[in-house]
Amino acid sequence: MMFVPGNNPGMMADAHIYGPDSIMLDLEDSVTMAEKDAARLLVYNALKTIDYGSTEMVVRINPLSTPYGRKDVEAVVKAGVDVIRMPKTETADEVRELEAEILRVEEEIGAVGRTQIMAAIESALGVVNAYAIATASSRMMGIALGAEDYTANLKTSRTPGGAELLLARQQIVVAARAAGIACFDTVFSNLDDMEGFKAEVELIKTLGFDGKSIINPRQIEVVNQVFTPSEKEIVKARAIVAAIKEAQAKGSGVIAVNGKMVDRPVVLRAERTIALAVAAGVLDKEEAL
Amino acid sequence: MRNSKVVSLEEAIRRSGLKSGQTISFHHHFRGGDKVVNLVVDKLAAMGFKDLKLAASSLSDVHAPLVEHIRNGVITGISTSGLRGALADAISHGLLKEPVVFRSHGGRGSAIASGELHIDVAFLGACSSDELGNATGHGAKSICGSLGYALPDARYASHVIVLTDDLVEYPNIPQSISAADVESVVVVDSVGDSSKIAAGAIRDSKNPRDILLAKQAAKVIINSGYFKDGFSIQTGTGGASLAAVKYIREEMIARGIKASFALGGITAHMVALHQEGLIGKLIDVQSFDRVAAESIFADAAHQEVSAVEYASGMHTGSATHALDIVILSALEVDTGFNVNVLVGSDGVIRGAIGGHQDTAADSALSIIVCPLLRGRIPCVVPRVTTLITPGSSVDVVVTEYGIAVNPLRPEVAERLVAAGLPVVDISELAAKAASVIGTPDPLPFGSQVVGVVMNRDGSVLDKIYNV
Repeated sequence: MMFVPGNNPGMMADAHIYGPDSIMLDLEDSVTMAEKDAARLLVYNALKTIDYGSTEMVVRINPLSTPYGRKDVEAVVKAGVDVIRMPKTETADEVRELEAEILRVEEEIGAVGRTQIMAAIESALGVVNAYAIATASSRMMGIALGAEDYTANLKTSRTPGGAELLLARQQIVVAARAAGIACFDTVFSNLDDMEGFKAEVELIKTLGFDGKSIINPRQIEVVNQVFTPSEKEIVKARAIVAAIKEAQAKGSGVIAVNGKMVDRPVVLRAERTIALAVAAGVLDKEEAL
Repeated sequence: MRNSKVVSLEEAIRRSGLKSGQTISFHHHFRGGDKVVNLVVDKLAAMGFKDLKLAASSLSDVHAPLVEHIRNGVITGISTSGLRGALADAISHGLLKEPVVFRSHGGRGSAIASGELHIDVAFLGACSSDELGNATGHGAKSICGSLGYALPDARYASHVIVLTDDLVEYPNIPQSISAADVESVVVVDSVGDSSKIAAGAIRDSKNPRDILLAKQAAKVIINSGYFKDGFSIQTGTGGASLAAVKYIREEMIARGIKASFALGGITAHMVALHQEGLIGKLIDVQSFDRVAAESIFADAAHQEVSAVEYASGMHTGSATHALDIVILSALEVDTGFNVNVLVGSDGVIRGAIGGHQDTAADSALSIIVCPLLRGRIPCVVPRVTTLITPGSSVDVVVTEYGIAVNPLRPEVAERLVAAGLPVVDISELAAKAASVIGTPDPLPFGSQVVGVVMNRDGSVLDKIYNV
């Protein structure tokens, strides 16, 4: 998910050409008070005019507690955004409040249920309430960590190893999995430290995250490299899926591939590997079946 | 020494027999650091010359003082490859009554060789020279490497004056400019600002758009059918061109392919590939940075060529005729694959033809790398503002939104499609640009012709009007 300031037409016009899975146009922290209205209008027109292809479009709105939040919701829902990202989410009630606001606008334009919600968790309270937030609405598609505000709230600061984020990251992954939605890790701001970035992406993949937030197209390749299954992994996953299909056809439950027992978690992991390979474009959809 | 040709600038001018109305020439190997043009024209003005025609291989920002000399009638005509900065701006606004004649580097070489562009007195800056005029681009104060663009002037001008700030002991060999062609040598305090003459190697671009374009251009080359052992290549100095070299290098190593030669403006990147053994020889008309400038004096496989030997369309032996692949940039490309590299979207001259026409026409595969959008300016348009390189010479246009292949090259399109590259119709690209940006208002051109664009064969391609 690539962050793009909502007040920069040059960057908004073609952010999708670099191939991020999703683009988050920002109306919140990257836009100054004086430019809130102008940015909202720009984002509205970008969503209406620019052909972003199959890229998932997310807009980070201002909190509903500010004078801008509701206007942001109205504009982006009318523009047909895929996902609204709610910043600084701390409670399930906040999600429900946003849901009601979205529904009101959707009813007005006759497009009920079109807009999904992603909640950014950026405080200790938000981390504690992660599962409640993740299950607050049927529109919830994912939760994401916002590390800068979170570490400030914890009265610490970010370190290269990310020890200060460990609990929040794990809590968010666990909450997302328990709720059956996606989870996304925070941004890595030092563009010149590609090694550090790669190490962080590898860490969060191990922790179970579905993806990483990025601030520059140069970071896309690294995320794709880390998340794209290797050829070996794909071959193995396909062998497992093929074996289990054959076993099911014969009515047998437990099977073995290359002498190793294959049970349900192994099959699920194999299916996920294939889905990732298809999403990353290294495996043809037809071939995967 | 006996027969020394060293005299003062004024004396050299006097001896040349230069008269008002005649043509003087300069090269641009000192780039943005050049002090020769301004020094000489100031002197000519002080000596009372009027109505001179200035034939430069190119002119840039540093030549803004020419504006005053045009106003005062010292300079009344210009021919060049390019114009930039305040001089370009003033000329676009109608400063010079006689249109500027724009020629490619190869076109200028041909025009000088054929006599179409006759030079009465050539003022050629050199980084070093001996007292007889054996001159090079390698001196104690500065180093520019190849003097390729000055060589036609040295050979064909009626009278040649070498200016240097490093007078060395005879014989200054191997020489670029031969004493046999030189009438006078003038010692000056400085021929130019050495830091601007040969900057350090250009750094790799971190611009994500450049990187994206570079990767696509590299994929085009690799899958074009021309990427095989012994191929030859020329690239520009733009971020995307240089980055493309990086990706091509990786693939050359992976496939065990070596290039026979690299041509044109030579950069540190090309020198590095040559030193790695991936490129056999370097044919250098202009050394773009210090690394290239030093290499040409140290390495027998890195050779200087004149603009004629480089890119003349009239000489069958010119190197462009042997060139396989060229990567070029563009300000605008149109749906007929015509390219503009000279006139900006505001109608003001801001570029140079360089070797664009020459390499596009002669190479087996010409690739234009050009973003579809530069901010709010569309770069693939229905019709270019000014025609510089005809579409018939352009094979592939690489943009961040897709790759267009000239319908004249269906076999190239087939290969790129087979490789899974996003090949699109060029009109789709223009439509895409228009859908994002809209259709710009027509430019407010006046009725005065301020520039004439020559094709490399000496025919007129287009006219540039005042704004």
